[in-house]
Amino acid sequence: MKKTDTIIIGAGPVGLFAVHQLGIKGLKSIVIDNLDKAGGQCIELYPDKPIYDIPAVPECTGEELTKKLLEQIKPFQTEFYLNERVEEVRQDKDNWIVKTNNNNEFLAPNIIIAGGVGSFEPRKLAVKEAEKFEDKYLFYAVKDKEKLKNKSIAIFGGGDSALDWALELSKFSNINLIHRRDEFRGAPHTLSEIKKLEKEEKISIKTPCQLESIEGDKKIKTITIKFENGNTEKIKTDIVLSFFGLIMKLGPIAEWGLNMSKKTIEVNTENFETNKKGIFAAGDICNYPGKLKLILSGFHEVALASVECFKRARPNEKYRFEFTTSSKTIQGRLGKK
Amino acid sequence: MPKITFKDLSGNSKTIEIENGLSVMEGAIQNDISGIDADCGGGMACATCHVYVEEKWFDNLPKAEDAEVDMIDMAHEPKKNSRLSCQLIITDELNGLVVATPEKQS
Repeated sequence: MKKTDTIIIGAGPVGLFAVHQLGIKGLKSIVIDNLDKAGGQCIELYPDKPIYDIPAVPECTGEELTKKLLEQIKPFQTEFYLNERVEEVRQDKDNWIVKTNNNNEFLAPNIIIAGGVGSFEPRKLAVKEAEKFEDKYLFYAVKDKEKLKNKSIAIFGGGDSALDWALELSKFSNINLIHRRDEFRGAPHTLSEIKKLEKEEKISIKTPCQLESIEGDKKIKTITIKFENGNTEKIKTDIVLSFFGLIMKLGPIAEWGLNMSKKTIEVNTENFETNKKGIFAAGDICNYPGKLKLILSGFHEVALASVECFKRARPNEKYRFEFTTSSKTIQGRLGKK
Repeated sequence: MPKITFKDLSGNSKTIEIENGLSVMEGAIQNDISGIDADCGGGMACATCHVYVEEKWFDNLPKAEDAEVDMIDMAHEPKKNSRLSCQLIITDELNGLVVATPEKQS
């Protein structure tokens, strides 16, 4: 079990800035996130879209903001546990123990939940047979494309992931690309490649239609798709790939005994502590009168939470408010001379 | 104030008043309409405020922009009359609008 001063759940902008606010106070933290990289919604939902309301930054994209925040917390050499989801939180006297789905365990007096709207998970197909074949013949991400050679593959979706995989896998497999409307959304080059392969009959495009059912006993044998005009078609299929983006799921957070309202965690606005001492919530996931789901609000929230974290992690020391501009101690922690 | 009606699959319906300028989603959240989640808070980033707009209203609404149509691809069981309710801004012309909430939002 690893000991630290604060366990931060969520590597979005607010979680990253929490590292900074704790770090300048001399507190260590670790960060856990279910995604494979830091940035949270900024990276997953709008990496290229501009943000205009970060103070003193007239315009930046989600990706740029994430990069800058990572640069800002670099001096603290924080450990990130990515691709991991927190499964369990339990109390151990004045400390909290957090366990992830990867069986990592952490012990700290403080937890800051900066989990946005929950963890990102692939949006699953709604047909009832989908679960039975999941991870065997039906996938929401491609992990090993070797297994997809010389197969009949049905790909669902109309965005970049669906198009890119249709192109890639068409090199050695038979592809049906299925989308609910005629228009696809992707890079112009990808779109023209797809058109070309359709002419050469290497990819067959089925639109506008949606999945009706999957047939098969142990393996997938066929799928049935339904066109907008009501017609259906059965297609011989070995593998189904579905790319309908990610959804945000609150997940186990709801079971930790925190006071919740509408998928958000209630906090006080003095230190953003929840009803459990030492568990804090900040950013989109916290809720208090007048709450705004803005990145800048999250920055303020973790700044205040970090003060209480200090008091809990260093009960024998006195917290002293300092400015980064004038404090030699803070500047030392930031590696400045 | 314009009156908006929300129906669900079991045939229950609830009519609420929403102030001009707010979105149908915001009105739904303020009035605790079940079946509208709005996880992202109106950012066109989650498709959990998805509604089916009654046909006769659908054609009269301002057209969905590309980003909304792309997001509807991700919704649970999108149909021809699907919209994201965060993008439907209330005006007097929408008085009487009827929308149906889907079986589920994600």
